[in-house]
Formats: sequence, C-alpha cells, structure tokens
Amino acid sequence: MSPIVESLRTPYMDASVGTAGGGAARVPGASPIVRLDQVYKSFGANQVLKGVSFEVAKGEMIAIIGASGSGKSTALRCIDRLEVIDRGSIEVCGIRVDDPAVDLKRLRLEVGIVFQSYNLFPHLTVQENIMLALRHVKKLSRGEAAEVAIRVLDQVGLKQKADAYPEQLSGGQQQRVAIARSLAMSPKVMLFDEVTSALDPQLTGEVLRVMEDLAAGGMTMLLVTHEMAFAKRVADRIIYMHQGTVWETGPGEMLDAPRTPELHAFLNNGL
Amino acid sequence: MSIGHFTFTHLMYLVQSIGWTLVLSAIAFALGAIGGFGLMLARISPRPWLRWFALVYIECIQGIPLLILLFIVYFGLSVYGLALPSLIAAGIAMMIYVSAYLGDIWRGCVEAMPKPQWEASECLAFTRWQTLRLVIIPQAVRLSLPPTVGFLVQIIKMTSLASVIGFVELTRAGQIINNTIFQPFLVFLLVGAFYFALCYPLSRWSEAMEKKLNVANR
Repeated sequence: MSPIVESLRTPYMDASVGTAGGGAARVPGASPIVRLDQVYKSFGANQVLKGVSFEVAKGEMIAIIGASGSGKSTALRCIDRLEVIDRGSIEVCGIRVDDPAVDLKRLRLEVGIVFQSYNLFPHLTVQENIMLALRHVKKLSRGEAAEVAIRVLDQVGLKQKADAYPEQLSGGQQQRVAIARSLAMSPKVMLFDEVTSALDPQLTGEVLRVMEDLAAGGMTMLLVTHEMAFAKRVADRIIYMHQGTVWETGPGEMLDAPRTPELHAFLNNGL
Repeated sequence: MSIGHFTFTHLMYLVQSIGWTLVLSAIAFALGAIGGFGLMLARISPRPWLRWFALVYIECIQGIPLLILLFIVYFGLSVYGLALPSLIAAGIAMMIYVSAYLGDIWRGCVEAMPKPQWEASECLAFTRWQTLRLVIIPQAVRLSLPPTVGFLVQIIKMTSLASVIGFVELTRAGQIINNTIFQPFLVFLLVGAFYFALCYPLSRWSEAMEKKLNVANR
C-alpha cells in the first residue's frame, strides 16, 4: 500500500499519492472554490468515503476517476448536499455545506449538477424544462427566461429542439438539455456525474464536446467519468479515488505513468 | 297487495332522481378531493406527526363502512341538536369516506414518481412545495387519472346508501315507486340499468386512460 507522500507534490499539482484518509489535493496559490476536508460518509455499515480531501480552484476542470464503489459519485453528491456527510467539512463558494443550517437555495444556485440519467421533466418541453427554475427560483419574467433558455440551448447546439419533449430526443440530446438546464442558472461550479455512461460512443462524443467547450470557457467543473482519454485531454487535474479515499492526483499525464499499483491495475482493467 | 302499472310518470321520477344521484356524487367527489389532497400532502409531509395523523385518519375511515358513517352523521349528530338535511349529511359522510380513499390513491401516485425527479428539482433550488407543484403533481395527476375515475364510479354507486337516511336519489326513488306499484323486478332492473348507464362510460374511459398510460410508459 502506498504511503502518503506529501513531498512528491510539486507547486503545480504534479502527481501526488494518497492513502486512506489521504492528504488534500491542494490548489496552489488561488483560494479554492470547492474544498473537501477529511470527509467521511457511510450508508449503514458501508463506509463509502474515508477521509476524502481535495480542493478545486476557480476555472479548474477536475476529473474524478475510479472503480465502481470507490466513492466518486458520493463525493460529488456530498458537494451539492444531496448526501449529508458524517464527519469533516465541505466548503463551496464560501458556503459551509456541512453546516446543518446551510442555505440550500444559495448553495444550489452556486452549484449545477448533471446526472447520468438526465432527469429532465418529461411533462415539459425542452425550453420549459430550462425556463422552470429561471422563472420560479430566479424570478425572471417569462420573456427573460425564454431568452436565457434559447441562449443556453444554442450553446449546446439544440436551439432547434426547444419545443420538443424529452422523449422525442436521443440520449445525447437529452443530456445536452440537462447541461443547458444547469447552465441557465449561471452556477459557479458544475458537477457531472458519469454523464456519458448511458450513451453510445457517438452520443458520448457530442456530450463531451459540449463539456470541452464549457471547460475552455473557464467554467469550474468537477467530473466523475470513465472516459479516460477525455479526462487526460481536457482535465487540469485528475483525482483517482480508491476505496473511499483520494489515492492519487495529478495532471492528465499521470494516466500514462501511474505511481500506485492500484491506479495501474484500474487503468489496465478499464482500458 | 295489488300490483300497479309502471307508467311514464314513474319513469320521469326515476330520471329526475338521477340528477340527485349526480349532485350527491359531485359533492362527495369535490369535497372528498379537497380533503384527499390535504391528506395526500400530510401523508408525504416531512413532519412525522402530520404523517401519523393522516395515516390514522385513513386507516380508521377505511375500516368503517360508509353506512355507519351515514348513521353517525345523520342520526348521531341529531341527538346533539345538529339535525342536518339528508343531502348535507350524506355529503359530509361521503366526503369523509372519499377523502380517505382519494388521499391514499394520490399518495401512491406521488410516491410512484421517480426519486431522480425530486433530486433534479432539489438541485435546481426548488423548494419542496415548488417541486410538488411544478414537477411531481403534474406528472402524478396523469398517473392518478385512471384510478381516480375508477373510484368515481364507486362513488356514484355508493350514493345508493344515502337512501337509508331518506335522501331521494335513484335507489330511494326506485324504492318509493316499488312501494306504490310493487313491481320490484322491473323497477330495480330499471334502476340498475340507469346506474350502469352512468358508470359504464366512466369505467371504459378509465380503462382507455390506463391503456394509453401503459403505452406511453412502455
């Protein structure tokens, strides 16, 4: 088992290695926009997160990789307080997510999340899906909300599908609408939870292109993915999670030369 | 006992009484729907005491025959000086009864909505009430239409019990006619045919909606 090697971490977040309860993957210089510190989370007797710590700087794109059950999605869900952590602390845009009195509306206006299963509202058209929160949460007028909806649909290349219902779209298109719906709320951080896992390679490509554009536009993004090539090409940093901990972090190149046998084995099994 | 003839006047009397059957059904359904909606909200409330209250209400009412509720409201309250007209008493008793069933039916429909729909709304910063009003209930309504219409058929048939407290709806009108001409087979066959004419289209509508929903969800 790899020891924690704080000294291996260079000022520019070169590959670093962690163990259970692992050291924080820290952002050099800039103050982080997302910070997880020693986060523990259990579901019954199953401890899923065992002291997860990492930080994300503004404008960074982080890809979280790891085997199923390693705690990637749980970590993401804890950031948006869809799961309440047992121990540790999480801070997003200055909001203490672990505080029981956290202002959930404020938190969720700062954080957008896109799920594997799209979760569009099937009774509403694409445009209405996007407008709903703009009108009822952000209190925009119908005209303003429609304008924003068309703008973000244009951004994901689906302006012409504004009047379609979700069931009339392909999986890739539905996922792009889900991204547009989150983007419309102008979040400071976007979380993507295995958004391409249910899509075939062609549809995956169209969703990844949208995400790549977002990353290029400076959006702070945390992405749980199995798309190693994409993670390597686009992510500023990769976090490899193993058995509920941050096991290894570093730039995309770390996938070419994994430092831990666990990441090595994961990459060999997955690729 | 002499046997009389069933005349056009008798027929018109039965037809008129259908109106009162429909009035009572409408009262029971409208008030029961309001009560049922409240009970549904209480059953899915985050507050345990509210969930418990609604559960106890539903369990109790579903365990009591409608006939007994009619007796309690009509005869029981009159003992305490609250003598209600039979239409009002029947309306109240049926509202209590219908609300317990509709509350349960609608709770089931709301709870059948996929959890990710709640989560997606939560992530868009909707409040619980906004999530219910804008996302969950519009979808649950579609799901609830077939069982609700199915239950409406039951409500129409249950109004016949109001005859025991003297409310002259279709069944009671049939009894009155039969008491004068003593032709139970003809009279009650006709009464049954009228009930069938009211209920059958609704049953078919409910079935059609169910099929349509199944196809849509396939």
